[in-house]
Amino acid sequence: MSRLLAAIGATTLGLLAAIGRLALFVGETLSHLFRPPFYPREFGHALIQIGYFSLPVVGLTALFTGGALALQIYAGGSRFDAQAVVPQIVAIGMVRELGPVLVGLMIAARVTSSIAAEIATMKVTEQIDALVTLSTHPMKYLTLPRVLAATLVMPVLVGIGDIIGIFGGYLVGTERLGFNAAAYLKNTADFLTRLDIISSLVKGAVFGFIAALMGCYYGMQSDRGAMGVGRATKSSVVAAAILILAANFILTEAFFSA
Amino acid sequence: MIRLTDLHKSFGNNAVLRGVDLHVPKGESMVVIGGSGTGKSVLIKCILGLITPDSGVIEVDGQDVTEADRDAFLARFGMLFQGGALFDSLPVWQNVAFRLLRGSLKRPKSEAREIAIEKLRRVGLSSDVADRLPAELSGGMQKRVGLARAIAANPEIIFFDEPTTGLDPIMAGVINDLIREIVTEMGATAITITHDMASVRAIADDVAMLHAGKVRWSGPVSKMDDSGDPYLHQFITGSAEGPIEAIR
Repeated sequence: MSRLLAAIGATTLGLLAAIGRLALFVGETLSHLFRPPFYPREFGHALIQIGYFSLPVVGLTALFTGGALALQIYAGGSRFDAQAVVPQIVAIGMVRELGPVLVGLMIAARVTSSIAAEIATMKVTEQIDALVTLSTHPMKYLTLPRVLAATLVMPVLVGIGDIIGIFGGYLVGTERLGFNAAAYLKNTADFLTRLDIISSLVKGAVFGFIAALMGCYYGMQSDRGAMGVGRATKSSVVAAAILILAANFILTEAFFSA
Repeated sequence: MIRLTDLHKSFGNNAVLRGVDLHVPKGESMVVIGGSGTGKSVLIKCILGLITPDSGVIEVDGQDVTEADRDAFLARFGMLFQGGALFDSLPVWQNVAFRLLRGSLKRPKSEAREIAIEKLRRVGLSSDVADRLPAELSGGMQKRVGLARAIAANPEIIFFDEPTTGLDPIMAGVINDLIREIVTEMGATAITITHDMASVRAIADDVAMLHAGKVRWSGPVSKMDDSGDPYLHQFITGSAEGPIEAIR
């Protein structure tokens, strides 16, 4: 019994310590936001890497998800003679939930892993130490530009994902399910509210922050060697995905609870 | 110029530094030798503030480094890392001129590039390599680029961490000669960490041997062979027989 309690205690302490370390990391990252020097070149590079180069994966994910969603809603709706709601449910489903969450998860897979692996490799090859000896703060030079870029560019990616997802539903709806094109678009536009769009973009910003932060955090915490880099990469993606899903629930609750 | 007093550092139960006392006068080239895992790299990382010592005092020009302005302090240093630690994503010239492209030593880009190319020439590399990425260079060339980066801002103090590790004997000799020439012509204070005795003889004015977390012997390189210290003797002769356990 005492062993069990000791194990629970050790796990709890470990969890609290991890939360504390992460909170300190967030605090230190944000503290550099208003303190020069700034690195606009690194920020611009991160914007392109995270934003522009993620467009294909975001677009394809959203397109196929929107199409599949239209098919599912049509099939499910036909049981209640409610096939006509396909445009509205595709729109609300993509904008409120699937757009931000799927884009967030794809970014966690593509960007978080890449940031974690890059920074972890820099750490094990002493490049982080080299930065310090060259009077450059690693948090300011590596972490802040990536976190800031992801936070700013993710709403744009989510917005694009939402539009492409709705377009996927439109293609399936009009080409496969026999919907009238103009009516489909009108129903979509009429049904979406400003709050739907705002919630989608806010979710994007939060998920972008989480995705980049987890990559940087686990990269900086990496152990030595190839195994350390691998572990940091894996942990960063798992943590980012779980935190994105948890944050999604909290934000949905905040925006849409009756 | 650099004085360490009773420096201690442990990692968990492993006490790496157990009271290191060391003095490096201005303009001297000190080489720290010792077996693997004796804390040589930890020692210079403590001086640079990359690792925080558990206790002890580190002074540079009589000032405790923990009280110094960090940026101004680091601006006085150059460091050649064991593996080069070049930034993969930047071309060679931007690696060399890294300090000159940002921060308090920032220069116009064209001027920084000129200085980088001049420093590359100083270490025997042509301007052709300036626009290449570090991954496109051999190990010896990467070491030279690292050396060029270490001296790019004309530092007063330069640290060399295992400068010849992984190089063939000829390239190691070239790097040793370069380090000696550069330290002499810049008048810099240098600390080199190595267990390559050829490097010691080529680079050192003074030698300090770390063993069991303390400075076991220190003195001029000319007296190293006649020190009478069995630990130092075993180390410089590379003998398996002696007071230093071969299996650690």
